[in-house]
Amino acid sequence: MSKKQKKTLYRIIAAAICMVLLAVLPIPNQYVKSVLYLIPYLIVGYDVLRKAVLGIVHGEVFDENFLMAVATIGAMCLGEFTEGVAVMLFYQIGELFQSYAVGKSRKNITALMDICPEYANMETDGHLEQVDPDEVEEGSIIIVQPGEKIPIDGIVVEGTSIINTSALTGESVPREVRESDEVISGCVNMSGMLKIRTTKAFEDSTVSKILELVEESSMRKSRSENFITKFARYYTPAVCFGALALAVLPPLILFLMGQPPLLGQWVKRALTFLVISCPCALVISIPLSFFGGIGGASARGILVKGSNYLEALAQTSYLVCDKTGTLTRGVFEVAQICPVAGTEQELLTWAALAECYSNHPISRSLKEAYGQDIDTDRVSQVEEISGKGVTAQVDGKAVAAGNQKLMAMYGISPAEPDQPGTIIHVAVDGIYKGYLLIADTVKPTAKTAVRELKKAGIQKVIMLTGDGKKTAEAVAAELGVDEVHSELLPGDKVTLVEQLLASKKEQEKLAFVGDGINDAPVLSRADIGIAMGAMGSDAAIEAADIVLMDDDPAKIALAMKISRKTLGIVYQNIVGALFVKAACLILGALGLAGMWAAIFADVGVMVLAVLNATRALGTKHL
Amino acid sequence: MKKTYKIEVDCAVCAGKMEDATKKVAGVVDASVAFLPQKMKVEFAEGADVDAVMAEVVKACKKVESDCEIYL
Repeated sequence: MSKKQKKTLYRIIAAAICMVLLAVLPIPNQYVKSVLYLIPYLIVGYDVLRKAVLGIVHGEVFDENFLMAVATIGAMCLGEFTEGVAVMLFYQIGELFQSYAVGKSRKNITALMDICPEYANMETDGHLEQVDPDEVEEGSIIIVQPGEKIPIDGIVVEGTSIINTSALTGESVPREVRESDEVISGCVNMSGMLKIRTTKAFEDSTVSKILELVEESSMRKSRSENFITKFARYYTPAVCFGALALAVLPPLILFLMGQPPLLGQWVKRALTFLVISCPCALVISIPLSFFGGIGGASARGILVKGSNYLEALAQTSYLVCDKTGTLTRGVFEVAQICPVAGTEQELLTWAALAECYSNHPISRSLKEAYGQDIDTDRVSQVEEISGKGVTAQVDGKAVAAGNQKLMAMYGISPAEPDQPGTIIHVAVDGIYKGYLLIADTVKPTAKTAVRELKKAGIQKVIMLTGDGKKTAEAVAAELGVDEVHSELLPGDKVTLVEQLLASKKEQEKLAFVGDGINDAPVLSRADIGIAMGAMGSDAAIEAADIVLMDDDPAKIALAMKISRKTLGIVYQNIVGALFVKAACLILGALGLAGMWAAIFADVGVMVLAVLNATRALGTKHL
Repeated sequence: MKKTYKIEVDCAVCAGKMEDATKKVAGVVDASVAFLPQKMKVEFAEGADVDAVMAEVVKACKKVESDCEIYL
């Protein structure tokens, strides 16, 4: 609890004790009693009264403080001392609870985003010195010890280690780094000491960018928030005029009808109205829900740039995604090894050794699949035949690895398998041994991601790619994508997205997912632009509305679920609070609910709404 | 030009009032006050004197919410 909150708490306790004493002690004189009741009233309500007066001075008439002051003073003028003090007391309890709960969830959310490094280590005269990361200049050498956070983006100049990226991505798959690898701030160094040359200033580093983004997200307000702000602007004055009418009209009508006007009774009902006029429950719980949702999402590696995007995400019906780098890994890998003679390992070894001197992406993927260090002594007489492949002497045997044209030189005409990707045929001493398929592989989670997205309410998943038709359709069929557009130039993607935007209905939102490197125009054109694998890419963070910190397409469905849950809580709060308030207004007008009921309803609804809002933070079971 | 300030305010309604009041200050193009992170973002007009404008903003905010604090 903060100092301010503690003070309020003590005031509440003191006032409550006074109330109990006044109720128990026998004070015969009515006047003495009423003066004594002013003690707890002033203890607990003096700041409300002060603000009410200041409000009037500044022309803010429909201020909640003013309303509470009028309601309680009014009640005491009518001789209802206990009620007057109690209403003020409960109002303050409610305010205290609200401020405590909000402070608590603010803390929880910042704890989730506990990625901000406090210091950086710099070496001066042989020993380490802790400095403020803000003071480290670009190009300095910093030292990160095991267990510490990397404070600033940079390049490793010395040391190898395992780093944990979970604070950024929500996934705890550690990454190995060595000399000349790029590392980003916010990751935790787990095993060895690293010397890092910084490539950015602290304020431009990934960590600072992310923190800024999450904090600013509540400034982009959602439609529900704007609705409530507007609603609050009319609600309070409306209820006040209702109260005035209730105090004046019925007694007037009764008087004109020749009956006793019962002025006191109607004024009391009107004061009950004032107690219910505060829209606090709504005004606080809605931004709190969005803040919680955004905080919960960022803990799972999903950065949402504004409440408005979190809101729109729940209404997404069309998801357009880029293929390479989004649904597929975007790197070439050996996808299949098909020997006609011998084992898979043998075939891979022949191919990898023959290609060992080449630096072509295909050769690299062969070497990677081979996995072991290549003993170049086994290879000689390497000859690259441009457009065809490679021939070499491996372990004294003539190995040829390449396409059909190369095989034709040996009089072999292997069948070309009907699969997307690049085929490498291998022949040893003129005898065909089989082929390897090298392709851009689909991400392991891509298929479930598409299925989950459909379950989450996406009507159509559309895949765009610059690749050939055959490859595109094979991937689409494998993943269960609804529509494919292949052989597109970057400009075509924008045109296609614009066509889709024009043809859909207003309330159906279109989201675009790309890897963020060359998709910036499309990202900003779509209703919601989602960039993935964007760690460290400034352009993507700039252009996108939602940033997925790791490459996992399954996170899109998770983000939609978080969005749905948050909106669900928001609607529950709006409907619940409005219903209780309306019920109290009606019961109050009919004289069935007094001030006690009104203040309980007001504070109770607020407590429930705030507690409900804090649920948005939890994303574990989604 | 945009600048972000740390603020201290007790209730969400008050934050909304501060936002409205700030928007009306001359030299401010747009403003957004976020209650939860306790931050205020102000977009200044081209060539505006930031310090002078912010002094006015503080005055305007104090008027609608006497308990608020803006850390310049």
